[in-house]
Amino acid sequence: MTARLDAKFAALAQEGRAGLVTFLTAGDPDPATTLALLKGLPAAGADVIELGMPFSDPMADGPAIQWASMRALKAGQTLAKTLDLVRAFRASDATTPLVLMGYYNPIYVYGVERFLDEAKAAGVDGLIVVDLPPEEDDELCLPALKAGLAFIRLATPTTDDHRLPKVLANTAGFVYYVSITGVTGTVTPDFDKVGSAVARLKRHTALPVAVGFGVKTAAHAAAVAKGADAVVVGSALVEALRTSLDAEGRATEKTVPAVLGLAEDLAAGVRAAAKAA
Amino acid sequence: MTVHQPNSFRSGPDERGRFGKFGGRFVAETLMPLILELEEAYAAAKADPAFQQEMDGYLAHYVGRPSALYFAERLTDHFGGAKIYLKREELNHTGSHKVNNVLGQIMLARRMGKKRIIAETGAGQHGVATATLCARFGLDCVVYMGAVDVARQAPNVFRMKLLGAEVVPVQSGTKTLKDAMNEALRDWVTNVESTFYCIGTVAGPHPYPMMVRDFQSIIGRETREQMLAIEGRLPDSLVACIGGGSNAMGLFHPFLDDPTVEIYGVEAAGHGIATGLHAASLSGGKPGVLHGNRTYLLMTEDGQIKDAHSISAGLDYPGIGPEHSYLHETGRVTYLSATDSEALEAFQLLSRLEGIIPALEPAHALAKVAELAPNKPKDHLMVVNLSGRGDKDVPQVSEMLGSKV
Repeated sequence: MTARLDAKFAALAQEGRAGLVTFLTAGDPDPATTLALLKGLPAAGADVIELGMPFSDPMADGPAIQWASMRALKAGQTLAKTLDLVRAFRASDATTPLVLMGYYNPIYVYGVERFLDEAKAAGVDGLIVVDLPPEEDDELCLPALKAGLAFIRLATPTTDDHRLPKVLANTAGFVYYVSITGVTGTVTPDFDKVGSAVARLKRHTALPVAVGFGVKTAAHAAAVAKGADAVVVGSALVEALRTSLDAEGRATEKTVPAVLGLAEDLAAGVRAAAKAA
Repeated sequence: MTVHQPNSFRSGPDERGRFGKFGGRFVAETLMPLILELEEAYAAAKADPAFQQEMDGYLAHYVGRPSALYFAERLTDHFGGAKIYLKREELNHTGSHKVNNVLGQIMLARRMGKKRIIAETGAGQHGVATATLCARFGLDCVVYMGAVDVARQAPNVFRMKLLGAEVVPVQSGTKTLKDAMNEALRDWVTNVESTFYCIGTVAGPHPYPMMVRDFQSIIGRETREQMLAIEGRLPDSLVACIGGGSNAMGLFHPFLDDPTVEIYGVEAAGHGIATGLHAASLSGGKPGVLHGNRTYLLMTEDGQIKDAHSISAGLDYPGIGPEHSYLHETGRVTYLSATDSEALEAFQLLSRLEGIIPALEPAHALAKVAELAPNKPKDHLMVVNLSGRGDKDVPQVSEMLGSKV
């Protein structure tokens, strides 16, 4: 039941190009701005939307996404409000896949079953929860799969061939390859290494492979798109948002165009890259 | 509620790293291969007599163990009840129990061929112990410390630098211990191949809570032997303070299956549990998942981690080791809490009555002794873990007491 994701990756394969996955934090800097961005992103070239559920202690994220979480929480964002945003987005867009990304604690406290029911009903297609490795699959991954939501697992440069089958076992929708050992939005990956890593992953799985962490520009996106099925960009978009805010951290008339403008550039980069056969 | 009583309270964790439902391995995929490698390396070291022998040598000649079990006669007379003994962990090299665990982890890091050590610290005691052993063994050392703690623990910051460590003030989040731990985890994810993360308490992903407990259990094992030698029987009660809870776990663990031994853990109640300004995760929190383990946490209804507050930077953490959560829910250990002002009072009392200036952390345990001891019979043997000395807190306490001293 990962219909929207499966259909999207099938369509991308038909077009012979990689997809663009864009990340934003829900409620950064306010829910109305997030909704305007969600609505604008597909037209700007986003193929899949990744929406961050803000958390007070985002251990796997670099400064850009940490501050995005802080802005959203300060503005009163909650998990329930994030699900409201998904519902509002789905009211006008029935096709663009949307995955929620975050940390386990807010979901655990909300209640796993309640969260999965509401997320599915709201129109969420998949989950990325960075602090749940396969060793903890029965916490959320298995119930999510049962509820019809994809659980998208991260594979990293430290995931060797021995461990890879374990990581891939319950993954659905796509595999998210983390191009660096590190946190989001910091160093630029070595694109040759990324290419061979994606090729290695593809020997183990038929799932599409998306690559993220450290992809900032259209040129980076193009370099990654040569070998991967999708390119994930987060910190760069979040930084474009941050620099458009006023001195009090509120959205300005520049905010939506700044983010969507960068998404358009990135989409052009992705589309310009001829995908390796 | 009927609580299931296991045959042994000492059997955890299970193969998944859990104590009941607590513990586990909730970390990013990048770290998992290393955590599994660490688990294997620790199991091998534990089974290797040479490892224990080498550690025993350093514990005796570098750390200065065994630490004394001292009968606090004047304190006992003052309260007029239980016979109070102090386990003198403050006499260890570097001034606290922290060195027991750091020694173990550093020896393990050396076995694993890691040359770079990272650590997080609140009050600085764990940072100082880590910096000390890194100096001793010629390892690079980076210590993450919340910017707020850097300001209030200046003497320890200077000590770490003197020992050759790099101290990184953490500006993110609430700029205290939990943020230092986040930042250390970020460093670890980034430098996972070269770096060993030396966690300072019985928390974090499996195997850390078990490993740190094992290294700290020397406190309880010695106490057991010493009490048997001095009094010819086991103690009747144990009291220790709890932030993450490593000194307490170390004292408690060897006694968990002795039903006659009452065990008390003391959390930091800050301005009082009711005010919300405290660091008492068990008394004022609920189960959640943070920093690689499931345990009791201070958080909002939406699962966002709240700021802890304590007069003592070493207790100022919104979580607690998962084994404590388990011991709390099974009822084996009784968890109490002491406020900032109660701790401050106990800090002065011990200084005046026994000539021992305790750290603010064990002053919380002493504050509850003031309530527990008078109600016990005179033949009741009570052991209080004096986990650290108060030198580091003297400037802070002097400022708080102003002209009163």
